[in-house]
Amino acid sequence: MPIGIAVLLFGVSFGLLARSVGMGRVAPIVMSATTFAGSAQFAAASILHAGGTAAAAILAAVLLNVRYAPISISVADLFGGAAPKRLVQSQLIVDESWALAARGGGRFDRDLLLGAGLLLYPCWVGGTALGVLGGGLLGDPARLGLDAAFPALFLALLVPQLAGRHALAAAVAAAAIALALVPVAPPGIPIVASSAACLIGWRRR
Amino acid sequence: MTRVWIAVVIIGAATVALKAAGPVLLGGRELPARVRALVGLLAPALLAALVVTQTLASDRHVVVDARLAGVAAAAATLRLRAPILVAVAVAAAVTAAIRAL
Repeated sequence: MPIGIAVLLFGVSFGLLARSVGMGRVAPIVMSATTFAGSAQFAAASILHAGGTAAAAILAAVLLNVRYAPISISVADLFGGAAPKRLVQSQLIVDESWALAARGGGRFDRDLLLGAGLLLYPCWVGGTALGVLGGGLLGDPARLGLDAAFPALFLALLVPQLAGRHALAAAVAAAAIALALVPVAPPGIPIVASSAACLIGWRRR
Repeated sequence: MTRVWIAVVIIGAATVALKAAGPVLLGGRELPARVRALVGLLAPALLAALVVTQTLASDRHVVVDARLAGVAAAAATLRLRAPILVAVAVAAAVTAAIRAL
C-alpha cells in the first residue's frame, strides 16, 4: 500500500530529526512505538531541541493529539470484546488508517481501520529505527521537502472525503477556523477547534 | 529520568488514553443517528485543518513558504488522478527544489 511507503519515509525523517536533536537512539523508537502519531512526535522533538522543557513538549504533543478523542469516539462502535482488547486495538487508530476507513455518512470500515493500522504501525516504528540508526546519510528532512509531504498526504486522503455538499462545506469551514486560530492559539488547538465545522451537519439535518 | 524520557513516557501514555477513549468507554455501542451525521463530517473537517496548518502554519504564524508550492503541485497531480505516492513525492520534490534555489 502506497501510504505504507509514505509513512515509512516519514518514520525515517522522524528518526533523523530525533537523532539530530539529541534524543538518543532508543527514546525516538520507544516514542514511535507508544505514541504512533507523527505530528505530535515532530512537535515534541522540535521543542526539546529548541531547549524547551519536558512540560512544554508534553503540552504541545498532547494538544496536537486531542483530536484523537473525537476520532476514537467516531469509531467506538466498531470495537467489541473485552476492555483490554479494545484498548490494544484502539492504538491502531491513526489519522491515515482512520481516513482510509471512512465510508461517508459517519460509517467506518472496521477491517480497513485495523488492517491499515497494522500495516502502518511497523512502517512507522521501523522507519524511525532506520532514521535513527542510518542518520546522517539523508541529511536534513526540511531540505528534502519532507515537511510538505505530510500535508500532501493528508490532502490526498481528504479528496475522496469531499463527496457531497456538506462534506465540502465542512472542509472549507474547518480550514478557515484552523487558519484563523493559528496566530492566537497554541499549535493543536486550531485543529481541534476546526472539528466544530461538523455542526454544519447538525443544522441542515 | 532525563527530560527526553519524561516527555516520551508522558506523551505516550496520554496518546494511548486519547486513542482508547472512544473504544474503551463506548466500545461496541451504536452512536445516535444525529451524532453519526456530525461524525461523518469529522474526517473532511479534521483532514482539511491538518492540510492548511501543516502547509501554512509555523508555530503561531501563518507563513507562505516553499511548502505551499509543494502542496499546490501535489493538488495538481491529484487532480490528474495520480497515485497518492506520486502526489507526496511531487510535494517534497517541488518544496526541496524551491529551497535549493
